[in-house]
Amino acid sequence: MAKQYDTVIGLEVHIELATKTKIFCGCSTEFGGAPNTHTCPVCTGMPGSLPVLNKQVVDYALAIGLATHCHITQVCKFDRKNYFYPDNPQNYQISQLYLPIARDGWVEIETGSGKKKVRIHEMHMEEDAGKLVHDEWDDTSLVDYNRSGVPLVEIVSEPDMRSAEEVIAYLEKLRHIVQYLGASDCKLQEGSMRADVNLSVREVGSDTFGTRTEMKNLNSFKAITHAIEGERKRQIELIEEGKKVVQETRRWDDNKESSHAMRSKEDAKDYRYFPEPDLVPIVIDDEWIARIKNQEPEFRTEKLERYKKEYDISQVDAEILTESKKMAELFEATAALCKKPKKAANWLMVETMRLLKDNAMEPQDLRFSPENLASLIDLADAKTINSSVAKEVFEQIFLHDVDPKAYVKDHGLMTVNDEDALRQTLTEVIAANPQAVADYRGGKEKALGALVGQTMKAMKGKANPGRVNELLREML
Amino acid sequence: MADKISDETMEHVTKAKNKISDETIEYVGILAKLELSETEKQNAKADMEKMLDYIDTLNELDTSRVEPMSHVFPVNNVFREDVVTNENHMEETLANAPLRGGDSFKVPKTIG
Repeated sequence: MAKQYDTVIGLEVHIELATKTKIFCGCSTEFGGAPNTHTCPVCTGMPGSLPVLNKQVVDYALAIGLATHCHITQVCKFDRKNYFYPDNPQNYQISQLYLPIARDGWVEIETGSGKKKVRIHEMHMEEDAGKLVHDEWDDTSLVDYNRSGVPLVEIVSEPDMRSAEEVIAYLEKLRHIVQYLGASDCKLQEGSMRADVNLSVREVGSDTFGTRTEMKNLNSFKAITHAIEGERKRQIELIEEGKKVVQETRRWDDNKESSHAMRSKEDAKDYRYFPEPDLVPIVIDDEWIARIKNQEPEFRTEKLERYKKEYDISQVDAEILTESKKMAELFEATAALCKKPKKAANWLMVETMRLLKDNAMEPQDLRFSPENLASLIDLADAKTINSSVAKEVFEQIFLHDVDPKAYVKDHGLMTVNDEDALRQTLTEVIAANPQAVADYRGGKEKALGALVGQTMKAMKGKANPGRVNELLREML
Repeated sequence: MADKISDETMEHVTKAKNKISDETIEYVGILAKLELSETEKQNAKADMEKMLDYIDTLNELDTSRVEPMSHVFPVNNVFREDVVTNENHMEETLANAPLRGGDSFKVPKTIG
């Protein structure tokens, strides 16, 4: 019988913090600026420049550490990690090795096989590197230092995951926690959340770890899943052929769906870490920790449970509504205003999601106010406007945050409840469409739809389609 | 680096207490992304051995009861607020580029 193998996975997750400025200087962190426009002597490693720590970085790191049940290192400091690469103009990265800000935490994940804790070994603060653009034709690379010095936290898990499914669940959990804290937008595609996968395989039942490899350049959940499956297979094949897995860093190529060795893994000693002499230690007192703890929001897991109980909403719907903090906040505020949580949920899950997709937007980009959505729900509920008009008005709310009452009034979109006018129009429509009338009378139910459509058109969409239907049947 | 074994190196070789192996100098070269000629390696080896010998002076002191010091000043918690204070310094930054490509630094192609 073929041997059975377990996959053992640990993750190193880098998250770019949502600060306005870099970690050690007053340069903007704004994404997408022209090359090298957000640079200064500090973030380009000029001799004699002095870094000064951004306090917000410590606040965010503390918040993430506390939310992931870590032990906070109350006296922590920075270290220099020395390496030579053109994305790093100082020839060292300021990071934390000896006293990282947080240690020994955990998060709970849920997969098809139940709940499980993934332990966090440590979390530290560090600076990001610049961006290299490689020229395909010329033998050169272009370097943009706008990202150099952007604050990161790196969260190192214990090797507690056993499948791609668990890895994705862990990343989703971290993403939700960090997004709810407002500490980062955690976009994999844009690189504000990056995961390196450490993976090894071992025979089922063995309690020693195999040799691991580290996989980089994974910028979507799909790439992570494929890379894990591919690397597991590659390592098992090596072992079955009697060869050895080499400890190395591999780069995943999502187009080729395969990985190749980048470099043999440098050991910690190769980085010649030493205490950063330009930065003083950070002392975090109990008061500081309590302040951060007090600001903690209600997290997704708690919201999910509350929505199901308080609003009688299904698990699936609650998951959609709490996918982002922005959406959850809109939902709660709208529900409180109109007292119709189910309807508020519906507008957000159906029309809002559709418009987000059509406009290539993220929930974070939503700009309309809960007051206007609540007021629209009331208008539709009072049958002041019919459902297709409501959708049209909602699109205006979504795009321009219009006040629906004013908009409906200005554009004359109120449902016409004038029975006489409606009967008059119906008479005209019946007279003008003898074929459809004959078809309906001959038993073709579909023909009625055409007549309703004609009537709605004649009434410029302002009739109540249900009433049109009733009256038509009656008159025919 | 001069491409000949210096007199200092010749003199040093006999006296060095610390020895650096050929493998170590090779590996340090890889980490530093330097390609060294045989003579350059010999000179660099001698230089590093001398540095290690010099640093050994510190081992003459008993530091077993001294707490490691991470900073010379008794100062903690020096922070700045998260406010953008720097304007666009692109031209000043790029003035330091040995080679410029558009508005970027241009370097020999590096991947890996």
